[in-house]
Amino acid sequence: MSAAIEAASAGVKVLVIDANEKAGGQLFKQIHKFFGSSMHRAGVRGIDIGRELLEKCEELGVEIWLDSLAIGIYDNLRVAVDRKTGFNEHKMILVEPKKIVIATGASENAVRFPGWTLPGVMGAGAAQTMINFHRVLPGKKVLTIGSGNVGLIVSYQLMQAGAEIEGIVEALPKINGYAVHASKLTREGIPIYTGYTVLEAHGKERVSEAVIAKVNPDWSTIPGTEKTIEVDTIAIAAGLKPLTGLAHMAGCQLTFDRFLGGWAPIHNEHMETTVPGIYIAGDSTGVEEANTAIEEGKLAGTAIAASLGYLDEKEADALQEAAWERLKGLREGAHGAERTQAKEHQLHAYAEYMERRGEVG
Amino acid sequence: MAEYIDDDVLVCRCEEITAGEIREAIRMGATDVTGVKRRTRAGMGLCQGRTCEALVQQILRQELKGEATPESIGFSTPRTPQRPVTFGTLGGDDL
Repeated sequence: MSAAIEAASAGVKVLVIDANEKAGGQLFKQIHKFFGSSMHRAGVRGIDIGRELLEKCEELGVEIWLDSLAIGIYDNLRVAVDRKTGFNEHKMILVEPKKIVIATGASENAVRFPGWTLPGVMGAGAAQTMINFHRVLPGKKVLTIGSGNVGLIVSYQLMQAGAEIEGIVEALPKINGYAVHASKLTREGIPIYTGYTVLEAHGKERVSEAVIAKVNPDWSTIPGTEKTIEVDTIAIAAGLKPLTGLAHMAGCQLTFDRFLGGWAPIHNEHMETTVPGIYIAGDSTGVEEANTAIEEGKLAGTAIAASLGYLDEKEADALQEAAWERLKGLREGAHGAERTQAKEHQLHAYAEYMERRGEVG
Repeated sequence: MAEYIDDDVLVCRCEEITAGEIREAIRMGATDVTGVKRRTRAGMGLCQGRTCEALVQQILRQELKGEATPESIGFSTPRTPQRPVTFGTLGGDDL
């Protein structure tokens, strides 16, 4: 969205394709206030930022296809789109843009234990979409796996939505997310089991209980420490990984970095991938946060506007410099050093790859 | 996550492939995600490995011990269509 806004404000004709019924990604389920970087909308709710971006798109005349799927990217920047054309109608459309921005976000990591396929076991992000977007409570007695910020925030919101949080299980010896989120839960008497893992889940029609146990540092479980907890929902918050399918099939080179969630496309400082004309932004090039995604989108949007001649070089350079400055600030928080290093690695890998390809080609 | 997954636990739910079947494929010579996919169909279902990829990578890492790196293990190769599409949509109104 922010790439679309930047490009469209310079005069570029933009089409946004979104698989969901509303454009704006995860912002619309983030009913909580953003936390952290003060220059970056701290205290503003994600959902309000989403609304603002959407309004701006409308103002600028950005065309948005909702409930529509980009199912493939092929040679010469051709994109196959399953476009929703009516209540129950879809049509296959080939879109041939001059530039593409891939901003497909990330998908949730699963955790396996006997019983993980039972109904009621779901991603924490999925549970959050259910309560905050669709207004459906997935269950009444919830166990959350993972005490990162997603696990903590979703647990709290599930509680606000009317569910009992039976506990949060964290395999690491300490709580993984911000203390400010964790203390909101502990104040309500919700147990956070650090050093525990889920052994298995039982149930017939759906999950009815979870067995948790203490883990050794080598991940083996300690016999005799098992606890059985009655639940009807298990929300898994075990991290995210970039959704790289479209980028990879388009031929973009990827590198692996565990601090960014795994494999992600490499790119230059304009967010352009190794396939000329294909840009990438947000979690799909490394799992970070909404604010970094917005800045990366701005980088891609201004770079595209400049390369198509809608923005003069000087103006574009100034905008890019400002966005990088803000990104630097954003990457000072949690795991900031690791993320900064990983992003630099992506830039280096891009430079190396292009140089190699230049020698060959 | 580095926990050991029991042999009878489903890893790929689209194709109903267990951890045991994936280990068997590794014993038969699979050294990367694609090798496991060819032998077992894990990651060949509707979600194209979005859900099981990380688990297949983890089992490969555990089974191959020091011989495997993220680069050697690789990832699930994405294909068209990235998300399920009906035949009606793919073929148009004439189907």
